[in-house]
Amino acid sequence: MSISIMAAAAETTTVGTPWINITIFGAFVAVTLIVVLRASRNNKTAADYYAAGRSFTGPQNGTAIAGDYLSAASFLGICGAIAINGYDGFLYSIGFLVAWLVALLLVAELMRNTGKFTMADVLSFRLKQGPVRVAAATTTLAVCFFYLLAQMAGAGGLVSLLLGIDDKLGQSLVVAVVGAIMIIYVLVGGMKGTTWVQIIKAALLIAGAFVMTIWVLALHGFNLSTLLGAAAETGGAAVLNPGLQYGLTDLSRLDFVSLALALVLGTAGLPHVLMRFYTVPTAREARRSVVWAIWLIGLFYLFTLVLGYGAGALIGADRIKNAPGGVNSAAPLLAFELGGPVLLGIISAVAFATILAVVAGLTITAAASFSHDVYASVIKKGKAAPGSEVRVARITVVVIGILAILGGIGVQGQNVAFLVALAFAVAASANLPTILYSLFWRRFSTRGALWSMYGGLGSAIILIAFSPVVSGTETSMIQGVDFHWFPLSNPGIVSIPLGFLLGWVGTISSRTLENPAVAAEMEVRSLTGHGAEGATEH
Amino acid sequence: MSINDPGSGTPSAISHFEEVEQSEPFVRLKRRHRSFVFPLAIAFLLWYFTYVLLADYAHDFMSTPVFGNINVGLLLGLGQFVTTFAITTWYVSYANRRLDPLATEIRSGLDDGLATRTAAGDNGEATR
Repeated sequence: MSISIMAAAAETTTVGTPWINITIFGAFVAVTLIVVLRASRNNKTAADYYAAGRSFTGPQNGTAIAGDYLSAASFLGICGAIAINGYDGFLYSIGFLVAWLVALLLVAELMRNTGKFTMADVLSFRLKQGPVRVAAATTTLAVCFFYLLAQMAGAGGLVSLLLGIDDKLGQSLVVAVVGAIMIIYVLVGGMKGTTWVQIIKAALLIAGAFVMTIWVLALHGFNLSTLLGAAAETGGAAVLNPGLQYGLTDLSRLDFVSLALALVLGTAGLPHVLMRFYTVPTAREARRSVVWAIWLIGLFYLFTLVLGYGAGALIGADRIKNAPGGVNSAAPLLAFELGGPVLLGIISAVAFATILAVVAGLTITAAASFSHDVYASVIKKGKAAPGSEVRVARITVVVIGILAILGGIGVQGQNVAFLVALAFAVAASANLPTILYSLFWRRFSTRGALWSMYGGLGSAIILIAFSPVVSGTETSMIQGVDFHWFPLSNPGIVSIPLGFLLGWVGTISSRTLENPAVAAEMEVRSLTGHGAEGATEH
Repeated sequence: MSINDPGSGTPSAISHFEEVEQSEPFVRLKRRHRSFVFPLAIAFLLWYFTYVLLADYAHDFMSTPVFGNINVGLLLGLGQFVTTFAITTWYVSYANRRLDPLATEIRSGLDDGLATRTAAGDNGEATR
C-alpha cells in the first residue's frame, strides 16, 4: 500500500466526493418514493395500514426483517469494531444472529396466530385488556424511542463523515431532511411502503457488502487465513484473539456477559420485529420469514467479518480512528480503497438508506402501538369510529417524526451509543418474559404481566441512569457530575432475571385466576392458527 | 363470533376450546411442539453462553492456533453460525413434517365445527 494512495484517500473522503454520495442517495430516495406511492393505493383499513394487508410472502418479509434489523450500527459499527478490536467485534455480531433462534422457535408463529397488529394483542388475549395494553404500549414506545434516538444521532454522525458537513447547523438540517423523508414514507405508504423501503435497502446493503467481501477475499487469494495474517500484520497479532474490547478488566468482561444476555433475549422482544410477523398471511409464512431473515442476517455478519478484517489490513486501525466518524468510518474507507469514489458513494447512500428504513419501521410500530392499543382499545374501549384509528396512527406518525428530528438534533455530539443496547435490554427484560409466559404458562396472570413489564422497564432505565454511561467517566453522556453507583454499562444481567422473576412472583401471588376458557382458546389458536386473520382481498 | 373477540365470548362457545384442548390430536400437537422447541432452545442458549464465557474468560484457550492464522476462537464463532443455520433448517423440516399436517387437521375440524354452530344460530357479532 503506497503512501500516496493513502493520503489521496484520506483527502478525498473528507472533501472530494460528497456530491456523488448525495446523488446516489437522492436516486435511492426517488426510487423508493415511487415504490411507496405505488404501494399506498390500497391503504384503507387498519390491517392495510399497520400490517400491509398481510399480503407479503415469507421471503419478502424475511428480507424486510433483515432490512429492519441491520441498522447502521450493525453495518458501520460492527465493521469498525472488527477493524479496530478484531475478534471482539466478531463476538458482538454473533449475539445478534443467534438471537433469531428465540424468535423462530418460541415466538414468531405463535404470535402470528394469536395477534392482529401489535405485541399487546397477544399479551391482552386472556389478561385484562386495559392495564396490559397500556403497559405493553409503554414498553413498546420506550424501546422505539431509545432505538429511534440512537438512529437519528447516528444520522448526524454519518453526515460529517460522508457529506463533509461538520457544522452543527448543516448537520441539523440533514437530520431534519432525513426525518421528513421518513415521515412521508410512513404517512403515505403505511406498513406496505415501509416494508418495500426495507426490502430495497436490504437488497442494496447485502449486495454491496457481498461485492466488497468478494473483492477483499480476491485481494487475499480467497484465503481467510491470509486475510487474517494481513490484518494481524497491520494491527498486531492481538486482533485475532478475544479480549481487546471486552477483556480489559473484570468489570468489562461482566459487562459483555450482560450485553450478550440482552442481545440474545432482546431481539425476539423488539416491537418493530414482532410487528413484522403480522404482514404475512399465515404462521407458516411467518416461519419462512424468520428462516429468510436468519440466512440473510447470518450471511451479512459473515461478510462483515471479512470486511472488518479487510479494513484492518488494508487501511489500518490508526487511520480509521483518525478519520471523521472514527470507528464508523471503517466500511466507507474500505469502499473507497477498493472502488474509489463511486463505490464509496454507493456504500454511503446505503448507510443513509439504512437509517431511513430502520427509522421508518420504528415509527410505524410506535404509531400502531399508540393508536391501536392506547387510543382504540383503551380510550375508545374498542369502539373507535371506522377509520379514526388509522387517522390517529397517521397523526402519531407525524408527532413521532417531529420528536425524532428534535431528539436527533438535541443529542448531536453526545455519546448516545448505549441507547441501542438499552433498547435490547428493555425488550429482553420487559417484553420477552411476558410474551413467553403468556404463550407457554397457563397460570400467568395480569398482575404477573404488569409487574414483569413495569419492573423490567423500570429497572433497566434506573440502572442505566446510574451507570457509567450516563455519568462519572470521560465518555459519559453528562460531564462534570458523578452520580453513578451501578458499575456496568449494560443493565441486562440484573434487569432480565428480574423481569422473569417479577412475572413469576406476580402470578403466584395473585388471588384472582384468569379465565381458563380463554386460556384454552388462546392455546388452541396459537398452535393451530384457527381464527387467525388472513390476507385482505383487494 | 366470539372466536374473533378474545375475552368476551359466551361461556358455551368458549368451553368448546377447552374440549379441543383436551382432545387427543391437540395434546399430541402440543407435546410434539414443546418437546422439540424447549430442549432445542435450552441447548442453543447453553451453547451460545458457553461460547461467550469462553471468549470472555478463556482468552488463552480461544487464542490457540489451529491452522494458519485460524484459531479456536474463530472456529467456535463460525460454529455458532453453523449451528444457527442447522437448527433453523432442522426446525423447518420438523415443523413441515410433524407439526403442520396435525395443526391443519385440527384447524379444519374447528372451522367445520364453527360453520355448523354458526348455521345453528350462534351469531354474536365480531367486534374489530
